[in-house]
Amino acid sequence: MSEYETHDFDVIIIGAGGAGLRAAIEARSRGLRTALVCKSLLGKAHTVMAEGGVAAALGNVYEEDNWKVHFRDTMRGGKMLNNWRMAQLHAQESPDRVRELEDWGALFDRTKDGLILQRDFGGHRFARLAHVGDRTGLELIRTLQQKAVADGIEVFMEVKVLRLLHDADGAISGLVGYWRPTGEFVVFKAKAVVMATGGVGKSWTYTSNSWESTGDGHAMALWAGADLIDMECIQFHPTGMVWPLSVRGILVTEGVRGDGGVLRDSDGKRFMFNYIPPMFAAETAETEEEGDRWYDDHTAGRRPPELLPRDEVARSINSEVKAGRGSPHGGVFLDIATRRSAEDIRRRLPSMYHQFKELAGVDITAEAMEVGPTCHYIMGGIRVDADSTATTVAGLFAAGECAGGMHGANRLGGNSLSDLLVFGRRAGGGAAEFASARQGEVSLDEGQISEAIDAAVAPFEKEGGENPYDIQHDLQSTMQSLVGIIRTGSELEEAMGKLEELEERATRISLSGGRKYNPGWNLATDLPSMLSVSRLTAQGAINRKESRGGHTRDDFPKPVAEMGAVNFVQRIPIAGQDTNGVGGTPSITSITVTPEPILVMPDDLKELFEEAN
Amino acid sequence: MAEEPEDTSTPNDVTMRLWRGDETGGAFAEYVMPSQEGEVVLDVIHRVQATKAPDLACRWNCKAGKCGSCSAEINGRPALMCMTRMDTLPVGEAVTVAPMRTFPILRDLVTDVSYNYEVAKRIPPFNPRDKTADEEEAGGYRMQQIDVERSQEFRKCIECYLCQDVCHVIRDHEENKTAFAGPRFFARSAELEMHPLDVNDRRELLQQEQGLGKCNITKCCTEVCPEHIKITDNAIIPLKERVVDSRYDPLAWLGRKILKHTKRTPAEAVENSPAGGPAAIQPDHPVKGIPTPVHLTEKPVAVGASPTDASAE
Repeated sequence: MSEYETHDFDVIIIGAGGAGLRAAIEARSRGLRTALVCKSLLGKAHTVMAEGGVAAALGNVYEEDNWKVHFRDTMRGGKMLNNWRMAQLHAQESPDRVRELEDWGALFDRTKDGLILQRDFGGHRFARLAHVGDRTGLELIRTLQQKAVADGIEVFMEVKVLRLLHDADGAISGLVGYWRPTGEFVVFKAKAVVMATGGVGKSWTYTSNSWESTGDGHAMALWAGADLIDMECIQFHPTGMVWPLSVRGILVTEGVRGDGGVLRDSDGKRFMFNYIPPMFAAETAETEEEGDRWYDDHTAGRRPPELLPRDEVARSINSEVKAGRGSPHGGVFLDIATRRSAEDIRRRLPSMYHQFKELAGVDITAEAMEVGPTCHYIMGGIRVDADSTATTVAGLFAAGECAGGMHGANRLGGNSLSDLLVFGRRAGGGAAEFASARQGEVSLDEGQISEAIDAAVAPFEKEGGENPYDIQHDLQSTMQSLVGIIRTGSELEEAMGKLEELEERATRISLSGGRKYNPGWNLATDLPSMLSVSRLTAQGAINRKESRGGHTRDDFPKPVAEMGAVNFVQRIPIAGQDTNGVGGTPSITSITVTPEPILVMPDDLKELFEEAN
Repeated sequence: MAEEPEDTSTPNDVTMRLWRGDETGGAFAEYVMPSQEGEVVLDVIHRVQATKAPDLACRWNCKAGKCGSCSAEINGRPALMCMTRMDTLPVGEAVTVAPMRTFPILRDLVTDVSYNYEVAKRIPPFNPRDKTADEEEAGGYRMQQIDVERSQEFRKCIECYLCQDVCHVIRDHEENKTAFAGPRFFARSAELEMHPLDVNDRRELLQQEQGLGKCNITKCCTEVCPEHIKITDNAIIPLKERVVDSRYDPLAWLGRKILKHTKRTPAEAVENSPAGGPAAIQPDHPVKGIPTPVHLTEKPVAVGASPTDASAE
């Protein structure tokens, strides 16, 4: 008989990054018994690493900006694969969500008139990103964290959630997990659950993501029977650090380019002018002089190609390195030193200045940075209803990076923080409404709980088995080399086979050292999620036989209209019956994939694209 | 997997002395690792976990100096493991990593920092003035850059708690924790007090319940801050001055009364404090006061000889 403690709430939010905190604040404001459950300490979630800003058409710098322009930029950046309704709500509501942060104590940088200052970023027609130097994510999470504390929201910190629980008719009834500090098990009973668990980047070798980004929410939703979409669409951020090796992948904010930084090859040439795609040619500068005029006045020239959407820039860097025109450590040069004064750089990009100074011994006010693509963000995720964020499983909601649809095939910089706020709030509201209306007693199934707990402790009863760190390492190598920024059919098929081998190996993990704050065990319980999301990405990538946004196929290098009209929907039809995977989860081989038509945009919104072109 | 350090060491190796144990006690264990270019302390610890001690407890998240999770005492100095480059440490000497001493040990390098989350709940939250008619129309508050910068300095804080760790008021004085907020939260109060919009007044609370007077400005906190926040000069000293003003300057008091200064009374400030709502719950682990003092000069012990069950094998 497994021992565990039980807590009872109306709404449980898994994850305490921006989306989770915003959801909790909303659910609490509606009078529901609300709790946050998070894998790390409060305030450490991956949101703190967001740098450049939060996109919202406030119109403080360019009056011409409005939600329609933001909506259009978002859809085009996403290569029109986006859930149009999410993109619309996001563009319409993000200004209010940003202003609300200010009411809660956030201190954004200011315009001369004393309003919130906005900076330029790739793919945004106007300077649109509210920011605090290059530490906007920290400002966002601290503001929300302090608001949540002031509201008296309960936070269960350093709890790893293993699985969702459901009642007899399939609706979510709670979740089971363990306290990382003690290894003791804990069960939460809930009328509604919000997934706000962030991304999946830890399955790649070079990533800007922290250890937490193991796709727990994607995977738990999948195992509970939910639909996922667009899981092949992964964003490789163009500018990660490449040297020293130990910091390879750490993010270099797009704000460097927004504030005037340019990309150069080994000869010092600005190569991005060679990579302007037809879709963006009309609005991109043709010469360096034209691009340079644009920084001070967006009507005096067109935007420089360094500020194309991230997918374009990342692919261009990849091509330059492949052609032998890269930097000594396999990246390209990002130069702000010759473009802005040392004082300006230190004031506008203080974190970048310190990051390079302390980790690479590089003074970015005097030398160029070496940068290259790093696994950064997953556009795909749990399929949700735009207005309520309801998933296809009753009682389960999702917001932030783990939800799919908002960003289509490629996300614009700055649209993630605004996504967290807009859909975090909507998820809190959707879950609150569901919980309030839910009829009958929520019942916990003892069998589901003990099954999850028994599976979690099983590796301690084995000896001489696999080391979880070895499996993680091999998984990362597989995804990095076979499901990376440029993909081909044969390599993806190879990845599918390797993932099945890794799944088999992961069932043979053995552990020692007890459950109390044991990182080996923590990793072993993260691996089922990592394997599932890796499989989703590889399988989606095989099926999307075209190149679109963050998904690039060497063997299908162009976008294909018919492919752009469908989402690849993945699910486990026998969820709940299959326990053949790692830790009693469904096997990755049970995941199916089906093309389903994307939501059709209404005519009045379609017109926005016709006018502009 | 336990190492016999001296036997395998080569000139390119680095010896890591890592504290292993829990609240009942522990000792340093040595791990000899090949050194690699450009690494930080946290990289080497990760390699120890992956190859020698999968159960070595170490808290971390971003590995980029942004989240403040991996605080420890490296060669006796409080620092972030992810921002301490190995090549800045003395060559040819063992690198000693111990948990923060001011907080109870959970396991190995991980401490129970819940004290900080408890203090955070007792600070009266942000409470903004009303918007003016112009601001309502403009859609947001108007503040000048120069006015937000003072508080922005404190909002750079990544809550690594190294300042709390090094603060002598609580470092070896568990008994002071109940009536002392510590540098991190003096900076938080300073941030709110200097916030252009905030109308709460926390001065009486700072003096009466949060032990502002106990700080005798040795600046240790400023020295260890990885964000280079001038905690002593820019937060604590100005707060001390404000507290003195509020207590002993009748003219300032009268001025505030007459001008209906936006700051609230101490009583109102206390009332506005979040009613001790359980904002951060930790499991019921035993909290046995300060952790076992760590003496950096003590002799290393081989992993296998460690008296605790937390040893590698």
